[in-house]
Amino acid sequence: MAVAESLDMPVAKAGSELIRQRVRAAWIFLAPMLVVLAMVAGWPLLRSIYFSFTNASLTNIEGAQWIGFENYLSVTTLKSGRVIYDGLLVDPLWWQSVWNTVRFSVVSVVMETIIGMMVALVLNAEFRGRGIVRAAILIPWAIPTIVSAKMWAWMLNDQFGIINDILLHLGLISTKIAWTANADTAMLAVLVVDIWKTTPFMALLILAGLQMIPGDIYEAAKIDGVHPIKVFWKVTLPLVRPALMVAVIFRMLDALRIFDLIYVLTANNSQTKTMSVFARENLFDFDKFAYGSAASTMLFLILTVITVVYIIVGKVNFEGGR
Amino acid sequence: MADLLLRGIKKSYGNVKVLHGIDLDIRAGEFIVFVGPSGCGKSTLLRLIAGLEDITAGTLQIDGQVVNQLAPSKRGIAMVFQSYALYPHMTVYDNMAFGMKLAKGHDKSEIDKRVREAANILQITPYLDRLPKQLSGGQRQRVAIGRAIVRDPKVFLFDEPLSNLDAALRVATRIEINKLHESMPGVTMIYVTHDQVEAMTLADRIVVLNAGRVEQVGPPMELYHNPANLFVARFLGSPSMNTMPCTVVSGGANPVVKPDGCDPIVVQATIPVSAAGAKATFGVRPEDLDISTNGEAIFRGKVDIVEQLGEVTLIYVDVGAPEPIVAKIPNDTVIAKGDTVALTSERRHLQVFDENGIAYPRT
Repeated sequence: MAVAESLDMPVAKAGSELIRQRVRAAWIFLAPMLVVLAMVAGWPLLRSIYFSFTNASLTNIEGAQWIGFENYLSVTTLKSGRVIYDGLLVDPLWWQSVWNTVRFSVVSVVMETIIGMMVALVLNAEFRGRGIVRAAILIPWAIPTIVSAKMWAWMLNDQFGIINDILLHLGLISTKIAWTANADTAMLAVLVVDIWKTTPFMALLILAGLQMIPGDIYEAAKIDGVHPIKVFWKVTLPLVRPALMVAVIFRMLDALRIFDLIYVLTANNSQTKTMSVFARENLFDFDKFAYGSAASTMLFLILTVITVVYIIVGKVNFEGGR
Repeated sequence: MADLLLRGIKKSYGNVKVLHGIDLDIRAGEFIVFVGPSGCGKSTLLRLIAGLEDITAGTLQIDGQVVNQLAPSKRGIAMVFQSYALYPHMTVYDNMAFGMKLAKGHDKSEIDKRVREAANILQITPYLDRLPKQLSGGQRQRVAIGRAIVRDPKVFLFDEPLSNLDAALRVATRIEINKLHESMPGVTMIYVTHDQVEAMTLADRIVVLNAGRVEQVGPPMELYHNPANLFVARFLGSPSMNTMPCTVVSGGANPVVKPDGCDPIVVQATIPVSAAGAKATFGVRPEDLDISTNGEAIFRGKVDIVEQLGEVTLIYVDVGAPEPIVAKIPNDTVIAKGDTVALTSERRHLQVFDENGIAYPRT
């Protein structure tokens, strides 16, 4: 004992040096990714936010002048004493697109979750050819959105579309319907295509969660004599909930900024115009670059708020532990 | 109170036959242990009794009723799983009450009474509000047992319940399971393990299984002293029985065998006269071998390894056979690697197995 004490080993110091080395190594490995992220995500984001406070236009980006919050809300008092409000926050078209986006997101994510859960439960069962079915179910998700949107656009086409043809022959409709152009059906068409496309993604994430549940507790439930439906509600659902919550937030974020599908399928329909479509339209088509930037910034803010609220209210656990 | 009757139980998965016709009578209140090497079908047999797997052929009766087609929950059984199989999102209390709560026909006070009784027996009352992840392995195992007790089963099934516990806890829990059995005299218990110590200490009767067949059934000491065949002889006991090929020199009264490379010895076994000249296997347990002091010896050889276990010392003696002969000797014996020793044994301890590995009964 005495020998060990007299040696006076700098134990704690050696340990902290080791930790410093590891932290340094971690930073070296992280640095390239952080630089790339800053370039492709951080810088454009900051530029967009900056432009939203200027009067930039496509033809005059460099000479943009700082105009403060004018793009968001400007208050002009006329000589007559009338006050005129202008800007994004009082733009009915903007709020229409916000409403469209929220409506689309909620309906599509709810449907995808329910159908995805059903598909995942089926895929989680043992049956012959499960591997092939699992691969096949991914096809809609694997096709690029532009391709699948074009494909559906043709299928939904009012003159030549196969869907009108089938429904006519089945006698379900009496005249051909312009699914993507009609104000009543445009949102429905977009929803159907989106659900078709992204349910596989949801199913796969839920399936991964289901496979984390140990099989023996189902056997315990069998011996307890619990009805399978009750087992789903009382055992499966609570246990798959962490994975489900993460899957839902992934899909929610995707849905809230949806652009490509709607741009291809129902480009100019005010019933389906989302925040992203609105922003792009202003940025490039209407040459209101600064106004579009303001819309983009608002979209970013809305997404952030929804995500934060969801994570807090839903007690989402990203660490995957139980 | 439930007798179990297994008649010609077979199980196959596709073309793979796992159990080849098991016949077994289990009396009410008995503690039966299925033991065997991994893959011998012992767990499968337990799962067939539980109803977690379909019986391919044969009949299973519990209490005189054929239950082949009966759901697990209707068989009057409860099961304790190796991995505990607790519901991770439910408290200890809910884990134990879950089955009864959803079964209907039990009012809340009755459920509460039963859960608290079981918790009391297993001393887990302080943990009733905790989640499984907040418990140690031993506590989880008690909860799993508690959940089984709450079901008030006629037959208790244990699937290797101690294999996830550390050595000390395993001994303690083993003793508790023993006590539990004593406190529930009418309840039949069937226990699967690959650990022969658990089998020896817990069982009223042991069922030794090998490759989907029953090798022998009987009380632990009966199996230990009078194994029916080579497999049982080698499987029970640690270190396992020394075995060596031998030739039957003569049968009848005072039969003589000659282990390869050793002198002929007289054994106490019923070997028919006609067996003379036949190949056989000679066996003797390590603890029955002593170091000879009078020159008489069965085996002679050089000590290869000396293992001092504390309570006893094991020596591995090279006698020219492929496998060394192991002897368990008192811990105060002075012996070193390289020493030449002569090993002897009392005649009544020697065993002989015929060409097919079946024991010649000892006299």
